[in-house]
Amino acid sequence: MTGTTQDDYTDRYARRVRGMTTSEIRALFAVASRPEVVSLAGGSPYIAALPLDAVGEMLGKLAAEQGTTSLQYGIGQGTIDLRERICEVMSLSGIDGASPDDVVVTVGGQQALDLIARLFLDPGDVVLAEGPTYVGALGVFQAAQAQVRHVAIDADGLIPAALEEAIVAAQGRAKFLYTIPTYQNPAGVTLSEARREEVLDICERHRLLVVEDDPYGMLSFEHDAPRPLRARRREGVFYVSTFSKTFAPGLRVGWVLAPHAVREKLVMANEAAILCPSAFAQAAVTQYLSTMPWREQVKVYREIYRERRDALLSALQDLMPPGTSWTNPAGGLFVWATLPEGLDSKAMMPRAIAARVAYVPGTGFYADGTGGSNMRLNFSFSSPERLREGVRRLSGVMEQELALRAVFGATPTHRRRGPAAADAPGPDLA
Amino acid sequence: MIDSMDLQVLVLAGGLSYERDVSLRSGRRVLDALRAVGLTASMRDADATLLPYLEADPPDAVVIALHGATGEDGSLRGVLDLCGVPYVGCSSRASRLAWDKPSAKSMLREAGIATPEWVALPHDRFSELGAVAVLDRIAERLGLPLMVKPAQGGSGLGAAVVKEAADLPAAMVGCFAYDSTALVERFVPGADVAVSIVDLGDGPQALPAVEIVARNGVYDYAARYTAGLTTWHTPARLAPEVAASVAAAALAAHNALGLRDLSRVDLIVDAAGQPHVLGVNVSPGMTETSLLPLAVQAGGLDFGKLLAGLVGQAVARASA
Repeated sequence: MTGTTQDDYTDRYARRVRGMTTSEIRALFAVASRPEVVSLAGGSPYIAALPLDAVGEMLGKLAAEQGTTSLQYGIGQGTIDLRERICEVMSLSGIDGASPDDVVVTVGGQQALDLIARLFLDPGDVVLAEGPTYVGALGVFQAAQAQVRHVAIDADGLIPAALEEAIVAAQGRAKFLYTIPTYQNPAGVTLSEARREEVLDICERHRLLVVEDDPYGMLSFEHDAPRPLRARRREGVFYVSTFSKTFAPGLRVGWVLAPHAVREKLVMANEAAILCPSAFAQAAVTQYLSTMPWREQVKVYREIYRERRDALLSALQDLMPPGTSWTNPAGGLFVWATLPEGLDSKAMMPRAIAARVAYVPGTGFYADGTGGSNMRLNFSFSSPERLREGVRRLSGVMEQELALRAVFGATPTHRRRGPAAADAPGPDLA
Repeated sequence: MIDSMDLQVLVLAGGLSYERDVSLRSGRRVLDALRAVGLTASMRDADATLLPYLEADPPDAVVIALHGATGEDGSLRGVLDLCGVPYVGCSSRASRLAWDKPSAKSMLREAGIATPEWVALPHDRFSELGAVAVLDRIAERLGLPLMVKPAQGGSGLGAAVVKEAADLPAAMVGCFAYDSTALVERFVPGADVAVSIVDLGDGPQALPAVEIVARNGVYDYAARYTAGLTTWHTPARLAPEVAASVAAAALAAHNALGLRDLSRVDLIVDAAGQPHVLGVNVSPGMTETSLLPLAVQAGGLDFGKLLAGLVGQAVARASA
């Protein structure tokens, strides 16, 4: 008499795979992709704003005219043409004098994080990160069997005193600070000019490496973003960015600018992981940057997102129940909302899906499963009208939930034990 | 006799219920099984394009792999009746009764089938009467531990075992996120088993019971759909006479609720070997970790041939 688990590999998985399960929240996101649902849950750029015909023509030529190289293997570091362009792009953000030699092209910024984790993290090592932080980074650090400790943030980003405290508490086990200083995902806040120096000084003093993730820096709505951390220090800072938000995420092209000494190991790690980044995707980005008005396109994205951010913020102002607060992002894709006392964003998800609106519960952005009193709202993908409709539905859901909580009193919430990804959607959700 | 091999079958999957993801997996598996036995089958969502499609290109029969309200509350079946499209499975009326757990439990009890003591309450009642007073009375009357679940719904979503009275309010809130009415049941300790019933025209037959052992004790959503988290024993590890009474109880439930073609009956077998019916499912999961396909295999049947037989039967029923 035998039983089956439908998975004969159960006892053979690596330790880092434990805890990877399907989840109720993931199941709910499956509904969020339907057009009936107003999704505030995704993180997708508004790709429809690209000049798709022109891009299509360009891609066709790449195959027809440069196919023997663009469809061939390339080198592990990425093509020199693209790395040169990347240095030009970075100089626009204030990172001057970076050498193409120190740039490694990756499969989106995500793979850059994975390479850095492979190079620096042993099981049990500590990574410090903003609380909340990017769910994809949490996944990378978890796969490396590192421990993430969150550092508190406020409207000006990381709180320096909290960072110092966390470093001391880690007793030398902290390997690096992972930070998204500009238009942070998910919180939408930006590390202030003054704090940038402070944070760098603290890290320097404690010999803590900094991994600066900067996917959104160019998506500023009012005035330019403060210069990246890497623009202020050449050593000790890894700068990670991507073309996913300035051009198109479907190409999966990102990069890391590393301290010179580390670059060789990054290239070897890249070859070990993927041999080489896609030659075609690199050629496409290179061509796009050299022959098409890409900076104008970034302006188009900014304009669209600013209008949508304004629509989302004014809808929140008009419709949210009292006791709700939210951040006021000066760029990027996200607003971080804090719910009235007693509400739990994760527990409320099914009700939201029934009301045909979706968001990401705050718990998806904390390694320890906290964050139930927050939610992330995306404004880049939906039209202003849809955003307002989404907020209208959401506020109805919150009113119902508040009424229910009033009946049953404050109820404790269950903390998630598995990975943060269980509480967040997959990358395809718009 | 209809040769089901010549039939065009439409599998409906997806929908907007919480179980959309599960449904898509069920649908894909049904589709593969039908094609594997040579039927022409396609799959689509139950959305605004469905009725125009049914009108323009009516299939010979529909297999409903939708879970949640659309697939199980009888409403879509009613619409298919209106369109004159035959479908595999229970009638609209029977589905509606089976879908609503309190209604189904009432009918089971009237038919003399054991089902755990329960009370079903909409959230309004708690606000009117005071949550504390009502919950105290429930705990006192039914005793702890309790099972709290949405009156309508599946896949263990919104369900919780409550061991201490203090945990009851949180379980109610969790449940009410999924449905406006909660079913609170006396928790019966014992073995979790599921009996799939199939009827290929010669009366309903109980397939071998499947016993469910969740690795961390709770057969929740993750345990149901993450391969490796649950061990399924087919047949269930029951003494022959207990297995027989479990099969008899499942068949009795299927009949009492007027179910048709195929269904799944979920039961607990207590320490004394007595089966208690928890509920029935008129659109059982068909995923790789679902109970019905396991039972079909244990019963020595071929999943695709079984489905093809049911399809032929649905077509014959419509043309009768």
